[in-house]
Amino acid sequence: MFQRRALAGFALIVLGLCGLVARYVYLQVDQHDEYTLRSQQNRIKQRALPPGRGLIYDREGNLLADNVPAFRLEVVPEQVHDLKATLAALGAVVPLSDDDLDNFRKQLRLNRRFDSIPLKMQLNEDEIDRFAVNQWRFPGVEVVPYQIRRYPMGDLYAHVVGYVNRINERDLGQLDPAMYKGTTHVGRTGIERAYEAQLHGTPGYDLVEVNADGKVQRVLEHHPATAGRNLYLSIDTRIQRAAVAAFAGRPGAAVAIDPRNGQVLAMVSVPSYNPNLFINGISTAAYRELTTAPNKPLVNRAIQGVYQPGSTVKPLLGLGGLEMGLRRPQDTVLSTGEFFIPGQSRAYRDDVRGGVGVVNLMQAIEKSVNTYFYKLALDMGIDRLSQFMGSFGFGKPTGVDLYGELGGVLPSREWKRQHFRQPWFPGETVIAGIGQGYWGVTPIQLSHAFATLANHGVAYAPRLADATEAPGGGGREDLVNPPLGPSLITRNSNWQAIDTGMEMVIYGHGTGHGLGDGFPYRIAGKSGTAERFSRTTDAYDTNRNKAYLAARHRAWFVAYTPADQPRIVVAALLEAGAWGGSDAGPIVRKIFDAWLAEQKAAPEGAPPPTMAQPAPATTQARNP
Amino acid sequence: MALNTGVFSWRRGWQALLGPRLDWWLLGGLLILAGVGLATLYSAGGGNMSLVEGQAARFMLGLGLLWLISRISPQQLRDWTPWLYAGSTFLLVVVIVLGEGRGADRWLNLGIMRFQPSELLKLTMPMMVAWYLHSRRLPPGWKDIAVVGGLIAIPSGLIAEQPDLGTATLVAGAGAFALFLSGMAWWRIGLLGGAAAAAIPLGWHFMHEYQRDRVRTLLNPEADPLGNGWHIIQSKIAVGSGGVFGKGFEHGTQSRLDFLPEHTTDFIFAVYSEEFGLIGVIAVLLLYVFIIGRCLWIAMQARDTYSRLLAGAIGMSFFVYVFVNGGMVAGMLPVVGVPMPLISYGGTSAVSLLTGFGILMTIHASFKRRG
Repeated sequence: MFQRRALAGFALIVLGLCGLVARYVYLQVDQHDEYTLRSQQNRIKQRALPPGRGLIYDREGNLLADNVPAFRLEVVPEQVHDLKATLAALGAVVPLSDDDLDNFRKQLRLNRRFDSIPLKMQLNEDEIDRFAVNQWRFPGVEVVPYQIRRYPMGDLYAHVVGYVNRINERDLGQLDPAMYKGTTHVGRTGIERAYEAQLHGTPGYDLVEVNADGKVQRVLEHHPATAGRNLYLSIDTRIQRAAVAAFAGRPGAAVAIDPRNGQVLAMVSVPSYNPNLFINGISTAAYRELTTAPNKPLVNRAIQGVYQPGSTVKPLLGLGGLEMGLRRPQDTVLSTGEFFIPGQSRAYRDDVRGGVGVVNLMQAIEKSVNTYFYKLALDMGIDRLSQFMGSFGFGKPTGVDLYGELGGVLPSREWKRQHFRQPWFPGETVIAGIGQGYWGVTPIQLSHAFATLANHGVAYAPRLADATEAPGGGGREDLVNPPLGPSLITRNSNWQAIDTGMEMVIYGHGTGHGLGDGFPYRIAGKSGTAERFSRTTDAYDTNRNKAYLAARHRAWFVAYTPADQPRIVVAALLEAGAWGGSDAGPIVRKIFDAWLAEQKAAPEGAPPPTMAQPAPATTQARNP
Repeated sequence: MALNTGVFSWRRGWQALLGPRLDWWLLGGLLILAGVGLATLYSAGGGNMSLVEGQAARFMLGLGLLWLISRISPQQLRDWTPWLYAGSTFLLVVVIVLGEGRGADRWLNLGIMRFQPSELLKLTMPMMVAWYLHSRRLPPGWKDIAVVGGLIAIPSGLIAEQPDLGTATLVAGAGAFALFLSGMAWWRIGLLGGAAAAAIPLGWHFMHEYQRDRVRTLLNPEADPLGNGWHIIQSKIAVGSGGVFGKGFEHGTQSRLDFLPEHTTDFIFAVYSEEFGLIGVIAVLLLYVFIIGRCLWIAMQARDTYSRLLAGAIGMSFFVYVFVNGGMVAGMLPVVGVPMPLISYGGTSAVSLLTGFGILMTIHASFKRRG
């Protein structure tokens, strides 16, 4: 029975396949002539025309990224008789590096043998001339014009603008093939990556007639590509340059933000690198040097460097105490040099031995009195502390328009449970009150948080890109950046108290003493000094020299100006600085100076400093 | 099994590892086919070695699974069948709830790799039908036919919903073949076939719009030469211009000049037909016939109903692939995502096909050992 069924099934299958064969006979024998004709007529193809990439400018129209014409050497493997010999002979005419050859071999495997594969990018004039003379010796090798990305400012904007580089195998799965036909490069980091969609443009195509080898005979129709949109950043190159200069090569980062709208005016991460190296695939040796360099030039410290904020959190914590009704500005605390949690014996220290005596909130900010904030944090409790600080953007990315931003750490019960599977201890609340313990913030987070404070509690996500523009200019479109929510500060008197404390840091007996000298606007600021290691011996107290401390400390300074109507906020971090005020403070001041020069040079809508403002000399006289 | 006690003791070990378990005729046929597939892929991909290497890696994985399955006895497989069937159907539901994929929700991400649970059904479906029928009185009556119909309809319906009409056809076909081989009376087959034909208008009603478009385009491809008709027209030009003897290896102009879309995957057989002509087409179809015939021969030799039905159904469903893909390339059937077995590039089908042949190997071994 089964045998018969199986045979019947087999017969049916053979019958079905005979039907299939009949169809192929019909196509391949009966209609062969017609389809041969049609296959010969199949000579019209589309040839993709890649779009020009949008240009990137700073706020004053200085070019940060543009495209320049260049020439590359391309090889069609199929048209070359002996590839090895040809490459060897070519090397004598146009020098080919090992990296060129490696890249070529990689591409050779990924492409069809009748596709044209780039062998050497960016030929110089000498090389083009020499190849032109020898071209007859190399059938299948051609010099092809193309456009190459260029970053005229070099390492000044490597961490902001980023760079493009060659599309790799992984990108192919994510990019729309129709949009990237003929395109060789894609935004890899920074603005180039974040605004890829705007910068890229729309490809066009030529309708061309080809011969049987696929060679173009003539162009039938031309549909030009639409270049990508140009991008204007809010960054000001002069402020950016001043910020880099202020670091003098010391590793660190600084971010300047206009608190009124979230526009980033400067963002530096020191050290930097030359993004032009990456465009056509960096050489292996140069890349190894960059990745293994001890001070990590490839890391954008402004958004990826996570550091303990130290005392810089104190003004915000103080604001929390006022907003929650736990403190009034005039409430005082006695600083004796040591603080104890009731019933516990561990001492939490003040920075000054013996303490600073009785202080109110403003004085506590001015002199960075730990005891005041130990006590405040304990009264607030960790849950309210992390809720309030979280509302200023800590513990999550600020949403700046760059790729790869880290969120840092906002200490909370939940965070500790997730990472250590342990309950929260009151001692951890105490040290969280002075920005130590589990805290981790990026320079842009700190800048963003104080921009929110400076703007009286109304937060804007930091933004680098300000507007786009149609290719060739015109059609400028501002990128909107609405506030993130209603104000976080309910009473202006609360803001005033914090501002007063932060101004006293500069003009009183605080850590920023002298930073306001000669500056026409009032500055409000706060320093922070975080220890990189915990103190395990007495060495800290016996070796208080600057070099020793710099190796142990990270120095922060954050400030805004003019204090009454803040227009710029700067947070600066030095990875190795002895004290926040004396080491990071001057960096902030230099950035303010550059900003001030810009206000005089180009008023930019905002009212320039009026003549009623005190001249530098009188300002100095007013300062203590 | 006579053991060779000669000096070449490694040979004995080799035989113990592979010999009695594997059917060398079937394996040889599959390997030749895989070779043809790699050569065609080399040409269709324009000498792109990473495609060829990727496909060769899939073949190695498939052959490894084939060998693994050939180590499991048919009785063992039979005992696991209901669980395998239920498990793979459950995964289909999972994929609907949280699957991911381009356009169609077919893929399940396993972290290391993504796979389509519907591929599993290509094997577990005939296994389940064979398992259900092996303890019944054959030929089956209406009640058993109805139960089998339900077993087929549920997963096939889920797959068709994904929507993946090609795989749904293959899965339903595999189950139906097991039912056919169980000796279901011809008049009943005729009656059900008639009812199915009558239901075609109803099926049209339930089809997705893009599926309807494909049928419409098939009937008149010239009406839509830029959209759906493009595949069919270009594929027919490739096949027809190949003629009796073909244009020669690596000389097909249709794929070279990028006129033929999907020329390494679903439409690779058009490249083959263009380059090797009618003679090549007949040769490769004979190879498929040989493989299917060998499967049915193994089925006929098998001792128990489960093995017979399963081996026969797997062999016959191989035919569905060839017929649907070959028909699609020749503009005879609508464009559905069914690959030409072991010739089309990519997907998980090469792996699941070879795994299925592992079942034939173990069935072959079970009667070889006892016989």
